[in-house]
Amino acid sequence: MTGFEGATLAIDLLNITLLTILFVVAIAIARLRSLFAIVMLSGIYSLVSATWFVALDAVDVAFTEAAVGAGISTALFLGAMVLTSRTAKPEKGATKIVPLLVVIATGAVLIYATIDLPGFGDPNSPANTGVGVEFLERTYPEIAIPNIVTAVLASYRGFDTLGEVGVVFMAGLAVSLLLGFGERSLGATVRREDRINAIKDDEEES
Amino acid sequence: MIGAAALALIVAIALMLIRALSGPTLYDRVLAVNSLGTKIILLLGVIGFLTGRPDFLDISILYALINFVATIAILKFFRYRSFQVSLSRRGKDGA
Repeated sequence: MTGFEGATLAIDLLNITLLTILFVVAIAIARLRSLFAIVMLSGIYSLVSATWFVALDAVDVAFTEAAVGAGISTALFLGAMVLTSRTAKPEKGATKIVPLLVVIATGAVLIYATIDLPGFGDPNSPANTGVGVEFLERTYPEIAIPNIVTAVLASYRGFDTLGEVGVVFMAGLAVSLLLGFGERSLGATVRREDRINAIKDDEEES
Repeated sequence: MIGAAALALIVAIALMLIRALSGPTLYDRVLAVNSLGTKIILLLGVIGFLTGRPDFLDISILYALINFVATIAILKFFRYRSFQVSLSRRGKDGA
């Protein structure tokens, strides 16, 4: 499968480098107070983690991460910044230390759970002995789609995917009904009120 | 050979990351994010050749499109403070 000798080592090094970049970006996001910089860095985080997913052979997950994380949510965060301030308030006291403890505890539990997992590519693992093998054997003769993940998602699980599309559509509709468009949107209303308040302040001063 | 290309790209990504983390102005950060996206796309292509599957190039083309649209959206947001203004119109109150 590999292109040349030593490719496995190169891929391992790439994985480690990508994870290091993710770590650095995550620390920076946690420490910065400027919301714009945080939005930019979370875009970087999504792109790098999408690349890492590709390196781990999870191409479909990677593509979702790139489209949603780097594309849509950057735009959504910027739109939300219109409605709030430009900087985050600094945390103090217990709010500083409690999230760190929660994250460390969750991470420790997840690492403990990986001990029970079968090895990567283990032929006796549940994924390689149960229905997975059956899908691999049956998909191509039955519906002739070479990508098994696509076949399961859009054909064997078609109704489930249709339901998901409906849910996402309703969520989008609800958000756009709440925020509105054009003159009567929430952003325009906030800006108009700001302007009126500024005029009032000026009148009171003069 | 391909390993050397991957190494060079990693160095370039690290430099872009430093600029995105420290960048004094907003435009430094926008530029850093955009060119870091380009480096990531190139790295994806290199990973494809490294693992002997050049069809990863298709994925990197799609990433390039997403990166381009995201940069346009960010810059448009800074020009008009809104996504609802068409790009050709010149608003009277501008930024």
